[in-house]
Amino acid sequence: MPAQLVFERRPRAILAVNDSLLMARRSCTHIIRNTDQLLGAFFQPIMFLVLFAAVFGGAISKTLPPGTSYLDFLMPGIIIQTVAFGSTTAAVAVCNDLQKGIVDRFRSLPMSPLAVLNGHVASNLLRSAISTVVMLVVGLVIGFRSQASVIDWLAIAGLILLFTLAFSWLSAIVGLMAKSVEAVQWLTFVLVFPLTFASTTFVPAAGMNPILKAFAVNQPITQVVEAVRALMLGRPIGNFGWLAIGWNIGILLLAVPLASWLFRLRASG
Amino acid sequence: MSIADYVIEVQKLTKSYGKVEVLKGVDLQVERGTMLALLGPNGAGKTTIVRILSTLLGFDEGTVLVDGHDVRTEVNAVRAVIGLTGQSTAVDELLTGRENLVMMGRLYRLTASSAKVRAQELLEEFDLLEAAGRPTKTYSGGMRRRLDLAVSLIATPPVLFLDEPTTGLDPRSRLAMWGIIKSLLAGGTTILLTTQYLEEADQLADRIAVIDGGRVIAAGTPSSLKSKVGNDRLELTFLDDESFRHALTALDDDVIDSNAAEYSASVVINDTNSDVKRALNMLAEAGVVVQSLAVHKPTLDDVFLSLTGKLKPSGTVESN
Repeated sequence: MPAQLVFERRPRAILAVNDSLLMARRSCTHIIRNTDQLLGAFFQPIMFLVLFAAVFGGAISKTLPPGTSYLDFLMPGIIIQTVAFGSTTAAVAVCNDLQKGIVDRFRSLPMSPLAVLNGHVASNLLRSAISTVVMLVVGLVIGFRSQASVIDWLAIAGLILLFTLAFSWLSAIVGLMAKSVEAVQWLTFVLVFPLTFASTTFVPAAGMNPILKAFAVNQPITQVVEAVRALMLGRPIGNFGWLAIGWNIGILLLAVPLASWLFRLRASG
Repeated sequence: MSIADYVIEVQKLTKSYGKVEVLKGVDLQVERGTMLALLGPNGAGKTTIVRILSTLLGFDEGTVLVDGHDVRTEVNAVRAVIGLTGQSTAVDELLTGRENLVMMGRLYRLTASSAKVRAQELLEEFDLLEAAGRPTKTYSGGMRRRLDLAVSLIATPPVLFLDEPTTGLDPRSRLAMWGIIKSLLAGGTTILLTTQYLEEADQLADRIAVIDGGRVIAAGTPSSLKSKVGNDRLELTFLDDESFRHALTALDDDVIDSNAAEYSASVVINDTNSDVKRALNMLAEAGVVVQSLAVHKPTLDDVFLSLTGKLKPSGTVESN
């Protein structure tokens, strides 16, 4: 004789939030159980940080303002670059779900349909936070020093979080549009690579040719990197803070509805 | 005529992908507590019907009611009463069997404690207790299918859709799955099952609808359908022309088909045990030596041959 089933009797909105939390827990479990991915989230940022600092440091530090070490200059950029690349795992996760039958199952349940995407985005925030903390610790060990106050650090955390959120949703869109996981990998690569390198992530814009420079100084990643850099190095932030916030909120306002629409479209195909 | 209690009612259902008509006016009814098997080849439209019934897919025309709810306008009411086991196993590979069950239970709106109790119950019932703590990617195909079915039963839905639940399973796992499905039926669950195997539909279903090219080309009880298709046959092959001729004389009226070039003949059997014995006794009395014999059960191909006169089902497109 089966046990008597007890159903939730809470309001719809609370149940919908609950669905997203359940999906976030699922995605976070994926991160923890997927050992390869977890190692990547740990060691890839360390590798990038050490390599860039060692290889470019000597050549680029001459072009930096006096008193600024390349490691200090690099730190904000490498964090943003790592978060941007790390977000592409959300695209892979979304694409994977669509290809296996599990999205069909989720959709046949009386659950909130967007919880699946919310879950992948939430777990991406966790993974990015791990990577960022790892990089900061390694950076401090090899000589990174910051002028930021506690309030500055809160602002830095807020900016990185907002950027990760915006990029996770963009990434979800790629995952929803791609036909296969392989397609996701090259799509995110050709999107993220130019955006992170044609910016002031690794080098100041001063030495770039005029066309590249015009692109680099106006694109969103530069705004975020420069805002975080100003906060970390104790420099005046200028307009970068507002521009970074504006860009990311703009991206979210477009990306979230688009992703929701694509999810409904793809999942009912 | 009595008023039947239909849990699934489909009328004049049509569905096209672009210019390809996948369903061309399908009518189906399933009475409460019974099983209807949709029997048909790949691409006949079976999966499309299941996806429409389980609210995953829209359609062009017709009415589709599940437990009295319109699948178009009362989506959540339908989802609350159905369980779906699709063709590709839909369990999370990195979560354990137990975690899968509890998560799906919660998504069905069970409370946390209720989901846990029910998960334990299903793990016991489906012989998965030992593997409950392992990620499901380590499961065998049969275990994964069992978990998949268990997941769709987590909230004991009164209506169950099973899309080719035994395709790709070894014979032992298939029998285990049949056992589980039979006990669900005995418990009062209404089931719509799709299959490519006549034997499976015959074993489990109260009624069978044969689907081909997006249409129901025949419907009825398994026995009425089998009487159209023909019974089991005993196929005999003889050593040479002489024994072949002696055999035909001995078996006489029972022979429904023979091939002189291959020295082979077929005999209708209604009851495998007694009829085979009788035929062999008649041959032994006539002193004929049988070279080989085989019992042939009607297959999907035979169904189509007798229903459409064509050897191969026409099919439409792959819909999944």
